[in-house]
Amino acid sequence: MTATAEAPAKAGAVPSMTVTLKILRFDPDGLDGREPGSEYWEEFTVEAHATDRVLDALHKIKWDIDGTLAFRRSCAHGVCGSDAMRINARNRLACKTLLKDLNPSRPITVEPIKGLPVEKDLIVDMEPFFASYREIMPFLMTSGPTPERERLQSPEDRAKFDDTTKCILCAACTTSCPVFWTDGQYFGPQAIVGAHRFIFDSRDEGEWDRLEILNDKAGVWKCRTAFNCTEACPRGIEVTKAISEVKRALTTGNV
Amino acid sequence: MATEHEFDVVIVGAGGAGMRAALESSQRAKTAVITKLYPTRSHTGAAQGGMAAALSNVEDDNAEWHTFDTIKGGDYLVDQDAAEILCNEAIDAVLDLEKMGLPFNRTPEGKVDQRRFGGHTRNHGEAAVRRACYAADRTGHMILQTLYQQCIKQEVEFFNEFYALDLILDGDPQAAGEDGEVSVSGVVAYSLASGEIHTFRAKSVIFATGGAGKVFKTTSNAHTLTGDGMGIALRAGIPLEDMEFFQFHPTGLAGLGILLSEAARGEGGILRNSEGERFMERYAPTIKDLAPRDMVARAMANEVREGRGCGPNKDYVLLDLTHLEPAHIDAKLPDITEFARTYLGVEPYTEPVPVFPTAHYAMGGIPTTVQGEVLRDNTHVVKGLYAAGECACVSVHGANRLGTNSLLDINVFGRRAGIAAAEYANATDAIPSLPADASAGLEQTVASLRATVGGDGTERVAQLRRELQETMDMNVQVFRTAESLAEAHRVVKDLQERYTNIAIHDRGTRFNTDLLEAIELGFLLELSEVVIAGAEARKESRGGHYREDFPTRDDENFMQHTMAYKRADGTVELDWKPVVVTRYQPMERKY
Repeated sequence: MTATAEAPAKAGAVPSMTVTLKILRFDPDGLDGREPGSEYWEEFTVEAHATDRVLDALHKIKWDIDGTLAFRRSCAHGVCGSDAMRINARNRLACKTLLKDLNPSRPITVEPIKGLPVEKDLIVDMEPFFASYREIMPFLMTSGPTPERERLQSPEDRAKFDDTTKCILCAACTTSCPVFWTDGQYFGPQAIVGAHRFIFDSRDEGEWDRLEILNDKAGVWKCRTAFNCTEACPRGIEVTKAISEVKRALTTGNV
Repeated sequence: MATEHEFDVVIVGAGGAGMRAALESSQRAKTAVITKLYPTRSHTGAAQGGMAAALSNVEDDNAEWHTFDTIKGGDYLVDQDAAEILCNEAIDAVLDLEKMGLPFNRTPEGKVDQRRFGGHTRNHGEAAVRRACYAADRTGHMILQTLYQQCIKQEVEFFNEFYALDLILDGDPQAAGEDGEVSVSGVVAYSLASGEIHTFRAKSVIFATGGAGKVFKTTSNAHTLTGDGMGIALRAGIPLEDMEFFQFHPTGLAGLGILLSEAARGEGGILRNSEGERFMERYAPTIKDLAPRDMVARAMANEVREGRGCGPNKDYVLLDLTHLEPAHIDAKLPDITEFARTYLGVEPYTEPVPVFPTAHYAMGGIPTTVQGEVLRDNTHVVKGLYAAGECACVSVHGANRLGTNSLLDINVFGRRAGIAAAEYANATDAIPSLPADASAGLEQTVASLRATVGGDGTERVAQLRRELQETMDMNVQVFRTAESLAEAHRVVKDLQERYTNIAIHDRGTRFNTDLLEAIELGFLLELSEVVIAGAEARKESRGGHYREDFPTRDDENFMQHTMAYKRADGTVELDWKPVVVTRYQPMERKY
């Protein structure tokens, strides 16, 4: 499908264009004569603005063409983490990917994120992902009496884990990881990011509990430094760097 | 057949208020959280600028000044006893979060850092004060993550992607009268994954379902903010309070409505019109760009109306950050500047950002006491039923909420509701039984919507929703008149009629979001009517509600809360409730 800008555009108006989305669908119910569990590609063509998000195009399909298309979304501006999907073979948030940044002269492929069981169309079962997150004990662990006022923390200490506090649990990193795809036991990068956020928090005393978990066979040593996760992160977290800091802590014994 | 569950306490919603309640309730009683989203997807996570508390970490401050600002900011429609609680408990609310691990920004001494925000002042309006505790411009994200992490630690039981769609009471709250009693029995929910209906029997139920911003087209709210909890309560015969008061946040990204935090102005950002003028100097000479949101939003809309808007269509103003150091912007406002880059292609280091008001927050909601108990009229509670957060109206925000007071509200009143609900459950002998047909209403709704697939219905859910949102933006936004409201009322009634003739596409059982969108639209249509009816009856201007035909505040006739009831015949009927005044007499609102 060719993208055609409508010319001449009104001053200040965003040019509209025709885009085709090629969506990998999954029908759990087996409707319209399909077997339950059928997987198939379907193409939809919609009119859109260059500044529209992929999510806007998906909504146009769902709202005006085919209401059965299923995907998760909520905030629509990249902070809730609902709509991670594989767009042109890269993990991204549909609400943070603008059509103009894709090549609209060819169909835009949209698939569910890989490595988690597909439930319907672009919706996957997130439970294994959240289970890995829970396993690294993602909460502040302290001992001794609770102070009356806040625990003090210098701006420098606060900065050490700032990057990993940005995580929105969208799973874009974990489901871009080739080790995660093939190894059914690997926690995946997000769980390591989630652990990093506490390991390097000066207030936390549970760092060695978590490092021990990450040191085991399903943990941090599975990482082959493919950098897919860092590229996939919609929040710009340097995931591979965080993983290497965890590895270094394990090697040197210093946090 | 519906699957049955039994709990002492059931919390509906897993944003800040729901999870803060769950942390209290689950320590005391067997608790379940039913949530239509995974907890970390809740819109608390989109809150940016901060959480107010008079910690005095960086300059002199106290809870009384905060209370005064909240009441004045709310244009004297705030219940003053509730505001006192909010501001007095604010300090512990922030410290509790810090102890849970929330990564606040820090002062050089290592304390929680604080910054300026609209309407928060020193000594009753002298100058802006640093009261907002923050974590860059992702404070809500940090609160949501921290509360979720604590819920993991406490092994709170979640029912994710369960849509609570019906509330079961043991009587009609509108028929109970002075001496009668109505108690909660439970809720009925729809599981998105399976399409199955589940009933939850409970001694206590807490609604923490968030806002209803999707009644408007231009909104900072998530697609999922469809006012479900408010709608369910209304249908169950419970009144809604002050629904005509909706906050339009001044700085939405122009054309998109995506929120740019007031922190941008707290950190020194300036609003300018097409002449480059800092126009807020004319509207609020003392605190200028940090005036409360209703005043700034009106000023912006007025600049555009008088021809001083920017851009090819002169339909927005500019938020200027270019005089700030890029390093300062990166440290304090990283997310919102990225939104400007991503969605508008504007570089805030060097270019001002196009902004215009965006529907942001419902000041009104399900009326509650300061313990979070839901009121069925001006004085009587529904026993065992609680509400907190944006879906509730306690009322600490009155006619206009101050920025950073909502993250505070969810923590203070979420906590209170969680404690009160668990204590009530523990003092109640048996879990109420549900009537045999408890799930029948929802089963009927689902079956009849499924039956529309391929049927004769000619109306599309998305089309009706678009028309609703367009009329609300056009007629019920920053400026309102009798005519604009009458027009909106007519359109909404017509849309309600057309809604009975919808057809959906998806007859499937699993992840049928098509079906849920139809149900959500039903709530939006009913809530819009309540918003409009309240706005029509309130013939004055106060806070976020501005009537061009009645441009001044009228304390004699309207310093009272609106209570909207849905009657059995479907009509909306309005009543009034006195404002609680403790020590602050209304005065003119100047900044």
